[in-house]
Amino acid sequence: MTETAALAPAASMGALTWRRFLRHRLAVASAVVLILLIAAALAAPLVESALGVDATEVDLLARFEGPSAAHPLGTDELGRDVLVRLLYGGRVSLFVALVTAFAAAVIGTLIGVVAGYRGGLADAVLMRVTDGVIALPLLPLLIVLAAVDPARVPILGALASDGDSGLARIVVIIALVGWTTVARLVRGAALSLREREYVLAARTMGAGGPRIMATHILPNAVSPIVVATTLSVGNIILFESVLSFLGLGIQPPLPSWGNMLSNAQELIYEAPALAFYPGLAIFATVIAFNFLGDGLQDALDPRASRD
Amino acid sequence: MGRYIAGRLLETLIVLAVMSFVIYALMGMMPGDPIDIMVQADPNLTPADAARLKALYGLDRPLIERYGNWLAAALGGDFGYSRVFNRPVIEVLLPRLGNTLALMGLSFVVSLAVALPIGVVSALRPYRTGDYAINFAALAGISVPTFWLALMLIYLFSVSWGVLPAGGVTSIEGGGLLDRARYLILPVLTLSVASAGGFTRYVRASMMETLRQDYIRTARAKGLPERRVILHHALRNALIPVVTIVALSFGGLFSGALITETMFSYLGMGKLTYDSIMGNDYNLALICLLFATLVTLLSNLGADLVYAWLDPRISYHGERGR
Repeated sequence: MTETAALAPAASMGALTWRRFLRHRLAVASAVVLILLIAAALAAPLVESALGVDATEVDLLARFEGPSAAHPLGTDELGRDVLVRLLYGGRVSLFVALVTAFAAAVIGTLIGVVAGYRGGLADAVLMRVTDGVIALPLLPLLIVLAAVDPARVPILGALASDGDSGLARIVVIIALVGWTTVARLVRGAALSLREREYVLAARTMGAGGPRIMATHILPNAVSPIVVATTLSVGNIILFESVLSFLGLGIQPPLPSWGNMLSNAQELIYEAPALAFYPGLAIFATVIAFNFLGDGLQDALDPRASRD
Repeated sequence: MGRYIAGRLLETLIVLAVMSFVIYALMGMMPGDPIDIMVQADPNLTPADAARLKALYGLDRPLIERYGNWLAAALGGDFGYSRVFNRPVIEVLLPRLGNTLALMGLSFVVSLAVALPIGVVSALRPYRTGDYAINFAALAGISVPTFWLALMLIYLFSVSWGVLPAGGVTSIEGGGLLDRARYLILPVLTLSVASAGGFTRYVRASMMETLRQDYIRTARAKGLPERRVILHHALRNALIPVVTIVALSFGGLFSGALITETMFSYLGMGKLTYDSIMGNDYNLALICLLFATLVTLLSNLGADLVYAWLDPRISYHGERGR
């Protein structure tokens, strides 16, 4: 009984949000593009077998081939099929971006809600740390972090043995610096939410801090978290791709959109197409995530919506 | 005001001090130390020699002690020698700084010159075709991977058409302003695209917000020409938050110059930072990173001060950030 009573108004809120989201046509188009991209990346093995090629098979007699029936986007400097590698690269890049965004959102949410709800010394310390991280020159720092030998770091020693594809490491280092926006937003929301009557009511009924934070503060701070996390995915893809491009991120032979471009600069005379496709894939994905974030922002925050 | 600035400067110094330790510690975790590199280069060096050298340079000491020694020397103005350039770090750094400032200054001017008019036009006719096109272009500018954009520009202008150099600062015979300008066009273009996109979005948002204010309605109601309403009443107020964002973005631009400079082999701070990290040039890398941090911190401080200076409604009293 109580559950249906609680659900009815929530559903109409959801419908309103959905309608506002649908009005943002670029965001809807972006959502469709992203779904197609993810589906295509997931279907990489199917495409591989349909074309009868092998993503890792090196064929030095078939280097730099142009588009053909067997290789719709041609072959790379080792004679591997570019399309299939793009799809596998997409798997890696999208997986890294989504996992990292989620990890960063979790860190940011925890820090933000504790700072905002507890206030006082905890807030002061956590927010100084956040300000400090925001003031860091991100890219140079990420390069240093990526160059660090994990075996020398006490806590990260375990990561050294992950087969050295660089997957776990890149997720950790980007999440480590990428949580600040969410932390600030959640703190702001928690600061105002903790003054609400229902929080007071919960406290008088004897609910403890963690319970109030989890059941009363967080559900009401979901919108900014969702928007900020969506917008962060684009940036994470850009960071991952540039680190992989510089040879510090995802290590070959595992393809990512970034490391597929690693050799592209030297090969720009022989094979400009090799430099074109992976970058275009990154570009399209980042644009789509950014528009999706814009659309979600308009939909979830009616005050900022157009009239 | 004076007290506020002093407080913020102190805060900046503390963050810088903490960062210097963090970066120092991180450098120590990068593979190899200077002696390991010497051992690789010289097969005649025995392990005993290596151990003696490590003791001589203090590399066998604990991290805190090494950091303390570095800090004491740095505070005395001695930042050590660059391993790769064999010259004092400061001597390597200063000429590069000039090149980076030229690159960044020009990108700043270019991106603002593009973003201001476009953002205003977009805000004046929102939710029309033109606005959507500008919005799309601005977001595209933010979303394009810098290194890929640089690659594409090099391909088009240097490889295909052969009209502009693919990289460097001047041609070998060196020379005039015109020669330098040719080498600046592509890097400036690359660096400007992303910031122009960001600025355009801020100008548009700020302008739309301002146009909704009562004083704009008043200005129109008293019969001022639309041109005057927009340029004098709306734009001037809309620019206040934009100035803050522009100042804030300075640190980001400094960090973003790393990719652009590396792609175009432009001999600036960004490329120096990258090369020193990759080349295990520890003293140099440390100073480069700290310098980048300092620039970011100062631009944040500058943004706050400029904001308060432009907008008399902001006071320094009361708590910040609430």
